Amino acid sequence: MAEPLVIETQGLCKRYGARQGGSQGGIDALRGLDLEVPAGSICGFLGRNGAGKTTTIKLLLGMAHASGGHARVFGLPAGDERASVAIRRRTGFVSDDKDLYDYMDVAALIRFTAGFFPRWRADLATDYLRRFELPLDRKVKSLSRGMRTKLALLVALCRGAELLILDEPTAGLDPAMAEQVLQALVAHVAREATTVFFSSHQIAEVEQIADRIAILERGRAVLSGALDDLRARFRRIQLVFDRDPPDLVLRSPVVGRVRRQGRVISVVTSAGADPILDEVRALGAVSIDVSPVGLKEIFLETVAAED
Amino acid sequence: MLFRPNPSSGVPIYLQLMEQVKHAIETGALRPGEQLPGIRPLAEELVINPNTVAKAYRELEHEGVIELRHGAGAFVAAGPRARKATDNLRAGQALVASTVERLRARGLSDDEIRRLFEAELAGRATASRTGGQRG
Repeated sequence: MAEPLVIETQGLCKRYGARQGGSQGGIDALRGLDLEVPAGSICGFLGRNGAGKTTTIKLLLGMAHASGGHARVFGLPAGDERASVAIRRRTGFVSDDKDLYDYMDVAALIRFTAGFFPRWRADLATDYLRRFELPLDRKVKSLSRGMRTKLALLVALCRGAELLILDEPTAGLDPAMAEQVLQALVAHVAREATTVFFSSHQIAEVEQIADRIAILERGRAVLSGALDDLRARFRRIQLVFDRDPPDLVLRSPVVGRVRRQGRVISVVTSAGADPILDEVRALGAVSIDVSPVGLKEIFLETVAAED
Repeated sequence: MLFRPNPSSGVPIYLQLMEQVKHAIETGALRPGEQLPGIRPLAEELVINPNTVAKAYRELEHEGVIELRHGAGAFVAAGPRARKATDNLRAGQALVASTVERLRARGLSDDEIRRLFEAELAGRATASRTGGQRG
């Protein structure tokens, strides 16, 4: 079931503020990012502020140039200017500030945008206008944050794009509004052949709609893959002893810290419960508990492991 | 509809959905031959990835719990399997009810009973993975 890759980066690097021609100074926003997004997936892009999420998006869209490595979108080199035009023609983008022409009213903005895209889907526009309850005669400037987001999303969804790149699409929205936006995305993906790549701080919503994730930390992907696969692999193991717990030296991969509290030891493993259970059984714990690990915990443990 | 997966539980959503469909069949909420919601409407209603719903349906078909009829949708498989499961569940429910009553009569609180059940199930899961020995 190997779908072709819509987004692919290898060793992608971006340094800001370096002197011309030199490699001295500057800030490394990306330090060798490897990323794969197969066609038809909804990929959630997670990371702390400053991890490099927006930089990645800029490089994919040709809005900035890489300092090293490769980025391909639809198999085309994102760093090449002509290829980049073709990439942007096939991609819908919603920026984190939901950038739109403030002086237009909603109807004019939709009409104006439609004019640029031969594959504009008027049928979808009508549908989403009703779904989002957008006021056609209101100036974009005077829209609430939620309305503005919905309008930006409508414009991105209706251009017939094969790829949607969304930078924190639900930031600042109340839970009901955020759910409406997610629902529109899910409905869209179910009807149209679309790949979605979205960054978010809302781990719960990523867990809800994504089938793939990538966790970015300090310019590298520290964890990525199919979410169900990660859910199957990550387990928290809790050991209770009837005496002071022994030192724990494990061969199994442990994510984040080994936590010790009194007679209890708790670890998260990324390799399933079986290997680690085989190891800890010899330690003589009076109780061994195995529990699944949610994405929030996976995120926190993975990012903590990088500190 | 009757399905409510919890995306944050750490359990793959497709597995939760499979369990909930099976449960609905076992309790009789879904009967043999009845139609399940389509992939798109269900994904939209639950606000989950349509690929996840499709995966759950594929696995359920593979297990013989449902039938996917091309173009028509997903239907609960007709057959003795579903009825037997319903009977088993009813019998089990009666057994649990009498056990709980006896534990209460011994003075155990509902929380203690719940923990006992959970520990027993967790212990069984660990034991079965390790070929019978308990940690």
